[in-house]
Amino acid sequence: MKISTASHPTNAANLSNDRRRRDSRGDIGARGTETAVAVESVTKIYGEGARAVRALDAVDLLIKDNEFFTLLGPSGCGKTTMLRCIAGFEHLSAGRILLFGDEIGHLPPDKRPVNTVFQQYALFPHMTVRANVSFGLRMLRRPSAEITEVVDRVLALVHMEQLADRRPNQLSGGQQQRVALARALATQPKVLLLDEPLSALDLKLRQQMRLELKQLQVETGITFIFVTHDQEEALTMSDRIAVMSEGHVQQIGTPEEIYERPINHFVADFIGQTNFLEAEIERIEGGFAICRGPGGARVVAKVTDGCDVGKRIDLSIRPEKISLAPPSGEQGELRGIVERPIYLGTDTHFPVRLDDGMIMLVRVQNAHGGNQPVTVGSAVALNFDAGAAWVLVD
Amino acid sequence: MSMFRRTFPRKARDLRRYPGFRAMTWACMIFLYGPIIVIAIYSFNEIRSITVWGGFSLDWYVMAFKDELIQRAAITSLIVAVSASTISTCFAIAAAIAMRRRMFRGREGVFVIISLPLIVPEIISAVASLAFFVLVGIPLGIGSILLAHSVFCIPFAYLPISSRLDGIEPYFDEAARDLYANGWRAFTHVLFPLMFPGVLSGFMLAFIISLDDFIITNFVAGPGATTLPLAIYGLVRTGLTPEINAISTLLLGVSITFVTLSYLVGRMQARVSP
Amino acid sequence: MADVVQPALPESTKRRERAQRLLRATLLMPSLLTITAFLVAPLFIILVYSFLTPGTYGGVIWEFTPNAYIQFLFERDIFDDSLVFSTAYLGIYGRSFIQAVVSTSICFLIGFPTAYFIATRPVRQKNMWVLLVTVPYWVNLLIRTIAMLFLIRDEGPLNHTLIWLGAISDPIHIAYTYYGVGIGLVYSYLPFMILPIYATIERFDFRLVEAARDLYADRWTTMWRIILPLCRPGIVAGSLLVFIPSLGSFIAPDLLGGGKNLMIGNLIALQFQGSRNWPFGSAAAMILMTVVLVTLVFYARQQSRAKVRLH
Repeated sequence: MKISTASHPTNAANLSNDRRRRDSRGDIGARGTETAVAVESVTKIYGEGARAVRALDAVDLLIKDNEFFTLLGPSGCGKTTMLRCIAGFEHLSAGRILLFGDEIGHLPPDKRPVNTVFQQYALFPHMTVRANVSFGLRMLRRPSAEITEVVDRVLALVHMEQLADRRPNQLSGGQQQRVALARALATQPKVLLLDEPLSALDLKLRQQMRLELKQLQVETGITFIFVTHDQEEALTMSDRIAVMSEGHVQQIGTPEEIYERPINHFVADFIGQTNFLEAEIERIEGGFAICRGPGGARVVAKVTDGCDVGKRIDLSIRPEKISLAPPSGEQGELRGIVERPIYLGTDTHFPVRLDDGMIMLVRVQNAHGGNQPVTVGSAVALNFDAGAAWVLVD
Repeated sequence: MSMFRRTFPRKARDLRRYPGFRAMTWACMIFLYGPIIVIAIYSFNEIRSITVWGGFSLDWYVMAFKDELIQRAAITSLIVAVSASTISTCFAIAAAIAMRRRMFRGREGVFVIISLPLIVPEIISAVASLAFFVLVGIPLGIGSILLAHSVFCIPFAYLPISSRLDGIEPYFDEAARDLYANGWRAFTHVLFPLMFPGVLSGFMLAFIISLDDFIITNFVAGPGATTLPLAIYGLVRTGLTPEINAISTLLLGVSITFVTLSYLVGRMQARVSP
Repeated sequence: MADVVQPALPESTKRRERAQRLLRATLLMPSLLTITAFLVAPLFIILVYSFLTPGTYGGVIWEFTPNAYIQFLFERDIFDDSLVFSTAYLGIYGRSFIQAVVSTSICFLIGFPTAYFIATRPVRQKNMWVLLVTVPYWVNLLIRTIAMLFLIRDEGPLNHTLIWLGAISDPIHIAYTYYGVGIGLVYSYLPFMILPIYATIERFDFRLVEAARDLYADRWTTMWRIILPLCRPGIVAGSLLVFIPSLGSFIAPDLLGGGKNLMIGNLIALQFQGSRNWPFGSAAAMILMTVVLVTLVFYARQQSRAKVRLH
């Protein structure tokens, strides 16, 4: 399985001491190029014998310093297991984990300079907010003056200074989450691990927290490794995403790369919506593949390596890239019959049944009032730009 | 269904109701508490008679307190109870933590062994312990009583502690470890405070079980040592006296208080997760 | 994907898992050692003793003989030394068994309605009732039995009140009879019939009752055909929790039986005190233990998920 990953030098000469350097442009290239976390061929197996479960199967990851990195995938794909392995709550069945070049796989969690924000927050119920946040610093035996100062600072960072003396059961879900964040940040870990921290919040709060988390990461410069199954969340917050499924990494890339150039069916289908089209490559010209699609339609798709002429492949076309037009009767046009449209407020989804029975979803923005001038049962042609379709290699 | 509601009165409508069950419950309560209440009442009767009420008096209690045998027995009982419950609670804490959550080979076997004192009929434990002490050469006295009590107190301390531990989510331990607390400090700072109501409840239960024990103590005490239940039994053998009523009521009062407190403490801070 | 052959674990993982196992063993050692040394070992000693010869002043002589078990069933004729089948001891076991069965049944008759009533109370009342039922059990069995003796003996308040009311002219002789023992047994273990049944009824889905009534069943038919069968696990658990301790009971027959209504517990105790026949006492104990174990194994097999809650 090809994994798309940008290669980055862990060149010792390029190490910058000031990893907290803030970058105003927010550009990846301007940040530290050091590797924060290197996961090398990590396998995790639960159980024994015939009932053994491979939660992680020879996973490789390279997470950069000062990066907001997301592990994305459906339930059971191994993303939480990966996080727990980095944190130290799970032993590795095979492989290594390196933190800024140092191997940490053999260390218990209390010896690893990484902290976790738990999905259920795990705030100690018998301690106040202040006691919770200062816990890590107290365990590290920092002087009490320093502890007080750091706790005040980090509580201010998450806007929780007022509630420092409350107990967790006196806080709302959103407030508990901020305290959990503060607690994990207080000891200035090298990497912050977040295990679906927003999943228990309601929609508005979740959207607000997404922005705050992103900003927090930029401000502190700490590497965030974020786990979620919500792909919208992943797309909005991440610098890079690793899409996982069944213990394997399917693809690693920026949100744009993942969305526009998915490497296989799983990624194309998991992120957003897409249409799959069977086609045969007729010829390849300058980075484009001219394909013969269903009903003899002519489709021009973007292509990467691994494509030969004559090969039967699937194309992935996002619904928003397709437009509807009356059929012109030209040769090579993709034609179909419109079925019942679905009105979604911001746009309308049109299912279009092709000649061979397949249904394609077309998304049209409701820019000019609600009702589109396309009626059920009418014949349409599906148009899209050359290169809007993407060839799936697997 | 609505027609049903309108035509039938509420009492008959309650499908769960069974006539006579309420009466039986009250009869059951009277049955359970009757003898206790009666003996308590008579312990305050000024004169010895059953038929005549002579007036409220604490004479019998005074007599009981002054009785040297009773005093010695009470002190022995207390020493044994405190020691046995302390030891067994500590052992039970360790065992409960070890048994927590994870499946490991032999886990069920361990649970059977820990529950063994509850399974074996007390008379059999009693004579077996006697035979053991005699064979091994352990002298029968406070020491042998303490040993025997420590054994059967373990499951009684274990159950509330284990039950409390089950309610504590694993992510609390993980959070503590994640924040640089090693195993021991994670225990003292996080796990133990959270499980404390269970520990207290278990301790009190073990205490009262030890204080109240008769059968096993009877056989392993030997001629020298006496506990309160043993002393009472000896007195009963010679005939029921009001003094016995007084001591019994006292002991009952202590027991009921402890058991109720143990129950209430166990329910304290019942929810440990947000 | 299941995998039959697993790769070798890295050294660090092996070390950590070994350390974990060691810690677990250390935590369990105190409890396990204590119970093994002071309960399991003594039980084996008793087992061995049951095959030995009684010493003159109590204790045992290390000569192996099955005499103790033979003595259980047979008597030696003093004239011709032959073995005569004797029902003396069998009788005790038999009566104990019957006593235990009867008291279990009575506990059920009282306990089931009580448990049902409590389980159908509103939530706040429920906890209070449960506490009320539980407390007497945990409170000194000896004293509770003494209190019962005090109450029901010939010169006791119960008889006096009944005579005073004119209901009877002579005191009802309950104490020191096997009726007294029966009452004592019920009194001792009633709460443990109530609690498991309560737990089962608490989880009972009363919509089944609604369905039954909807289909023209009356109250009692519903009880007999729907509620009771579905509460069987709780009833069985409660019955075991009453039956087994009743079988081996010592205090109730001792105080309320007046020395005549011996049960197994008294028989065993006697051998280790007055009669000084330790092997015979051990044999009697072993037989009781076997009955208990058989009952438990039978119960455990009945449960697919063996969750054994006991006295």
